[in-house]
Amino acid sequence: MVFVVLSGFVLAIFAPLIHRITKPFSHWILAALPASLTVYFFQFFDPLSQGIPQRFSIPWVPELGVNLSFYVDGLSHTFALLICGIGTLIVLYAGGYLKGDKNQGRFLGFILAFMASMLGLVLADNIITLFIFWELTSITSFLLIGYKHGYSDSRRSAMQALVITGAGGLSLLAGLLLMASVAGSFELSKILSNPEALTGSALYVPMLILVLGGAFSKSAQFPLHFWLPNAMAAPTPVSAYLHSATMVKAGVYLLARLNPGLGGTELWMLVLMGFGGVTLVIGTILAMRQTDLKLMLAYTTVASLGLLVMLIGVGNKKALEGAMLYLVAHSLFKGALFMIAGTVDHSTGTRDIRALGGLRGRMPITFAAACLAAVSMCGLPPLFGFYAKEYLYAGTWAAGDFALWVTSAAVFGNVLMFGVAGVIATKPFLGELKPTPQAPHEGSISLVLGPVLLSVLALVLGLLSIGGELAKIPSNFLTGPAYTAVAGEPHAVKLHIWEGFKAPVYLSALTIALGALVVWQADKVRAVFAALFDKRWGPDRAYDQVILGLSSFARAATSVTQTGKLSHYMAFTLVTLLIVLLSPYLTGAALPALADVTVPSVRFYEIGIYALAVCGGLAVVFTRTRLKALVSVGVLGFGVALLFLVFGAPDLSFTQFMVETLSVVVLALVIYHLPVDERDARSAPNAMVHGVIALSLGAALSLLLFSVVSVPLDATLSEYFTANSYPAAFGRNIVNVILVDFRAIDTLGEIAVVVIAGISAVALIRVRDRASKAGLAASQGQNQTQPRGAGR
Amino acid sequence: MNSIILRTFTPLLVSLMVVFSIFVLFRGHNEPGGGFIGGLIAASAFCVLGIASGPESVRRALRFPPLAIAGLGLFFGTISGVVAVLFEEPFLTGKWYFPETDLDVKIPIATPVLFDIGVWLVVVGSVVAIVTVLAEWEDVS
Repeated sequence: MVFVVLSGFVLAIFAPLIHRITKPFSHWILAALPASLTVYFFQFFDPLSQGIPQRFSIPWVPELGVNLSFYVDGLSHTFALLICGIGTLIVLYAGGYLKGDKNQGRFLGFILAFMASMLGLVLADNIITLFIFWELTSITSFLLIGYKHGYSDSRRSAMQALVITGAGGLSLLAGLLLMASVAGSFELSKILSNPEALTGSALYVPMLILVLGGAFSKSAQFPLHFWLPNAMAAPTPVSAYLHSATMVKAGVYLLARLNPGLGGTELWMLVLMGFGGVTLVIGTILAMRQTDLKLMLAYTTVASLGLLVMLIGVGNKKALEGAMLYLVAHSLFKGALFMIAGTVDHSTGTRDIRALGGLRGRMPITFAAACLAAVSMCGLPPLFGFYAKEYLYAGTWAAGDFALWVTSAAVFGNVLMFGVAGVIATKPFLGELKPTPQAPHEGSISLVLGPVLLSVLALVLGLLSIGGELAKIPSNFLTGPAYTAVAGEPHAVKLHIWEGFKAPVYLSALTIALGALVVWQADKVRAVFAALFDKRWGPDRAYDQVILGLSSFARAATSVTQTGKLSHYMAFTLVTLLIVLLSPYLTGAALPALADVTVPSVRFYEIGIYALAVCGGLAVVFTRTRLKALVSVGVLGFGVALLFLVFGAPDLSFTQFMVETLSVVVLALVIYHLPVDERDARSAPNAMVHGVIALSLGAALSLLLFSVVSVPLDATLSEYFTANSYPAAFGRNIVNVILVDFRAIDTLGEIAVVVIAGISAVALIRVRDRASKAGLAASQGQNQTQPRGAGR
Repeated sequence: MNSIILRTFTPLLVSLMVVFSIFVLFRGHNEPGGGFIGGLIAASAFCVLGIASGPESVRRALRFPPLAIAGLGLFFGTISGVVAVLFEEPFLTGKWYFPETDLDVKIPIATPVLFDIGVWLVVVGSVVAIVTVLAEWEDVS
């Protein structure tokens, strides 16, 4: 199972290479992985329909209780199928949509990496595993939204999405850790098996607020909803996959997953119903104002997520059933509609609904798929969306004290979503053919396969659920196990198309009537809503202000210490170090007694080496030329290296020799380029201050060394390594064995830092080089000299 | 530096140093040496080449961008740990395989060796990247 989840990452690494080799049909090859994963997950239909979830776990950090555990139950299985199935279609679609783009291989790799992250998220059983995959989805989403990084609004939207979902992720981590500490385990299945411990705990309120912070930011609930419409700056395959069918549902998944453990309390119900309902209403109102196809769909996605959160908040049997049905139905119709919007954009060159019309002749297949998907979104029988609507109305009607509010919000939202769906399916395709930037043509097979399959699936599922024996297929294998996982108790969801003349039927009729009215008078409705909300003020603007404020504050704070002079940076660093070293003695610790320090007998060559090093040090201080000082530092370093050698640390000595050599080379190169005097031109007071800092730091370090040496040496670690180095790690050089085997994780971190330092150094030098060349070119054009700023 | 003596014997010296650095890399597990030291020796070799024949000859000698070499080293370091995960053990557990041979000495195939090679590549790549960019930094003023 672990390999199944990680396979997406592995293929993502090779995707650019595969694309370069098989350019015209690389997307068909790469889509083979999500397709085979979908088939792999079919094997779980049988055990799950009998109520037997599956668990896979491998140890990761056993001492801390962190495992790579994966849990397949109804909820995660449904999500896994959606992720892999829609992922297959998206990879195919992306290949057609981005045809000719030179970075297409990289894009397909990112999509595969995202798929693997999302898969890991929904299958995770260990909360640390869950958190890591949660953050991985944020990072891959950032890479995907910012794919066209030449455009500034792509960059801004990607940053915005990363900041909001990343901050939410931190909040989520805190909440999850609180849950784990209350429940005593990192495994979700154990945490959720004891709900009273969680809901009755004193930490319930902060726990809930922190977890909701994470879930609401990821699922774009009000007031953190504004990153989702801005993410439409991404190419359409990204919008269809991440921002409708999968990633934004991660928050909803989390709430559904935690419902057995944290749900059922007054606070849970009120907060979820409140935020969900508000998001639903605001989302649909904002959706009706839009004229861009993708933005209309984006805002209705925000609204749908609000609806799902509200239903989970209501929490009764029918509401949860409705939530599960709506989850599947929404992924199918929204994914299809997004892909259709992208196809229309790709073939006509515009997404503005006022400029589109009469495409039914040129794009018949797309039109058919759009009709099916829109009918599902409107909630008309026999498409699957109808069942979702019926069940959720039944749930909201039975919500007790809040039934009126929740039902009105649901009806209002559904009416406007009916309106949006109707407008998208009719306006671009019916009527007169309007002139468009490009001549419209039907999309290639990769572009139409997705929408057609998804909308047909919505139809098939709807037809199956009409009643009788066939209805058992979707209910036993799909929605039943999903409901069981969310509600925490087993129950078979019975699907019928007709349950009698009860409230849901009347509500549906009302929705259909009002919805049809909205579609007929769409332009008037849009004008009314456009006048209501002024786009200039709102959470999006607030986000910009916050980021601006943060940047100004950071600039002001750093200008205090970052003066631009290297000597100041050195002084600040060294004085801080001095204070840290001396603080124990200033707060009362005893000075080490010099008598306690045992000096071993010194041989004559050791004295010689000391003398060499000291001469080097004195030469550094007293020489007047910088080059001589540089070489003297090298001499000092070599002296220390010889000392290491003589005292029996050959690896250290070897490394010190090499580092010293390279430092001298690098410093010489740097000094060669700095416009500094050959001689040291410090004024006497300046030199005195530097001297005092240097001497005090030397004294403090010596004090530290004396304190260390006066304490008897604890040899436990040395004995352990000496005893185990050869038997366990097959190496006789203990230093090297520690570096690459016992403490390999530290070394991995160190080499990562070395690579980052290398990249940063190269980037900084190149930027300065380009800037100075640009400055020179400008000054040559203006016939003015411009000083070149070095050493900053 | 325009010195014909330097330019003549530098390729010999550099080749010897690189061979020596690989030797130091592989002996590290049982004798003083290892990835860091080997990498520094190889990096110094390329610095000598750069001083004698200029940064362009260093780039030609490496054939791949130095930062790509560093990235490859980091990649090797990571996948040497993933091998253990494939055997359902914690990440970065050392896995050793002793193949059957007719030789007297046992020559193992092991993940810590791959990790050390990764360290070697990182050190060489990063140091050469920084030094060549510094050497190419033209004095514009």
